[in-house]
Amino acid sequence: MTPIAEPRPQHWPEAKPACCKPHPFVDVDRLSLHYGEKSAFQDVTLSISRGCITALVGPSGCGKTSFLTCLNRLTDLIPTCVVAGRITIDKLDVLAPQTDVIQLRRRIGMIFQKPNPFPLSIRRNLEFPLREHGMRDRTQLSSAIETSLREVGLWDEVKDRLDFPALALSGGQQQRLCIARSLALAPEMLLMDEPCSALDPISSGVVEDLIVSLRGRYTILIVTHNLAQARRIADYAALFWVQNGIGRLIETGRAKQLFEEPRNPLTTAYISGIRG
Amino acid sequence: MVEVATQQPNTREWLAFVLVWGSAVLVTATFCWLLGDIIWHGLSHLSWIFLTAPPENAGRRGGIGPILVSTFLILGVCLAVSLPIGIGTAVLLVEFTSDHSLFGRLTRRSLDVLAGVPSIVFGLFGNAFFCKTLGLGFSILSGGLTLACMVLPILIRSTEEGFRAVPSNYRLSAAALGLSRTTTLFHLLLPAAVPGLLVGLVLGVGRAIAETAALIFTSGYVDRMPESLLDSGRALSIHIFDLSMNVSGGDANAYASALVLIILLLIINGTVSWLATYGLHRKIVTV
Ligand SMILES: Nc1ncnc2c1ncn2[C@@H]1O[C@H](COP(=O)(O)OP(=O)(O)O)[C@@H](O)[C@H]1O
Ligand SMILES: [Mg+2]
Repeated sequence: MTPIAEPRPQHWPEAKPACCKPHPFVDVDRLSLHYGEKSAFQDVTLSISRGCITALVGPSGCGKTSFLTCLNRLTDLIPTCVVAGRITIDKLDVLAPQTDVIQLRRRIGMIFQKPNPFPLSIRRNLEFPLREHGMRDRTQLSSAIETSLREVGLWDEVKDRLDFPALALSGGQQQRLCIARSLALAPEMLLMDEPCSALDPISSGVVEDLIVSLRGRYTILIVTHNLAQARRIADYAALFWVQNGIGRLIETGRAKQLFEEPRNPLTTAYISGIRG
Repeated sequence: MVEVATQQPNTREWLAFVLVWGSAVLVTATFCWLLGDIIWHGLSHLSWIFLTAPPENAGRRGGIGPILVSTFLILGVCLAVSLPIGIGTAVLLVEFTSDHSLFGRLTRRSLDVLAGVPSIVFGLFGNAFFCKTLGLGFSILSGGLTLACMVLPILIRSTEEGFRAVPSNYRLSAAALGLSRTTTLFHLLLPAAVPGLLVGLVLGVGRAIAETAALIFTSGYVDRMPESLLDSGRALSIHIFDLSMNVSGGDANAYASALVLIILLLIINGTVSWLATYGLHRKIVTV
């Protein structure tokens, strides 16, 4: 349980060029997911590059959220949910029954659409998961808390009221606190499910800048409905679509290419539809 | 036409106003009248000596010391047994049983039926099972256990509601942070379910402390100071019943005892709602 205590790996510099040479971190192979009888998505094959921002776009109900929850096995929580296929994250076979999901979820953080800090103080929100993952030392804890709050630009805003309820923060601050809570566990990857869509435009911009600042150090997979945002921040993009009631991955590639010279006519229609 | 259209809502509104306020006033007035009557007749007999002295002459004179002790002991046994079982069952029902499973549905249905069973039935059951089968005899232990059976359905159901009121995104975000199910349960869900638990506690304790029928057959009505949980002990409500029904000239002390019972109920209610709003809440939010 020591990995959190060690300094974070910094091999991936904070710059776009790292993504010029794709270096797969996650490999998804013919992944399908059913909720009981209903199929959410089928046959998704996708590779996600290390240190890059990959945007997942598509209409509502095409299985984007379901896809994210496969990567950290949150699907285990839904009894009717059946996942088939193969996911490899850094040589780890994610779907294998013997995989340690606690450790997996520490390595793969997740941010939800609606900010969801626990009804605890700001400090306890960060400290509680750290303690659970084995960090006990007081000074180590408070330095981890400070580091992660600084990383999301929240430190100066909250350093004098760490013991106040987290739910008293504004929506944007709560979302950044949730990101800090994940970052405190020193993850390698972040799954973000429409992290800005419940926020006002200003907070949304702040969170977007924060996500961009994390590029290089973390592998980020972000679902967004905001195509302009996807264009601004993503290195890679993947478009999900609903065909016959089942979600499919219809196009994937570099974000620039997908948005400017889409190969699939559906992609063209989707991005121009939103634009116009 | 125009007049009717404007007048009708007015009449209706007025009627609604009278109904709503009328029933509110009626309820409050009934309670005040009852309370006033009891205070009027009981207050003059209330004293420190009344609270501590043993009853004399079948309760016509003397106090209610041993009876208060028995009442608290019965309540203590009842809570010591029903709280852990109640919370445990609620957790099992909400967190570890799917809503549609046969076990879950059957348990819930049985609990709802049990919650409506008249207390005299619990009394007879307690007498047959705790007093005779388990050989505990007429005792505080039998009485407390019988009350526990009676209070459990209420406690479980409202604790369960408390758990259900916890937003499901706490569970998801906790799992996404790699927190184990037990940690999530003890550190997030249980504290958040406390308000529901407290509601159940108020309802349950209220029912238990005012119980007569279930206790006559189980804890008995010996009014001496109990020496152990296996002694018979008379609960306050039974004392009131006995004084007002069987003892001529016991009315004054019956009123005083009833006043004590009501004050106890108010204290318990007040403490629990204070806990719900200040004590526990602050603890959950900041510690
Ligand atoms: N827990 C669930 N149980 C049953 N069906 C679900 C569940 N979650 C999502 N679905 C269904 O799966 C499909 C994909 O949903 P989702 O992954 O949430 O899509 P998106 O995030 O792209 O809007 C939808 O048709 C939705 O109704
Ligand atoms: Mg979604």
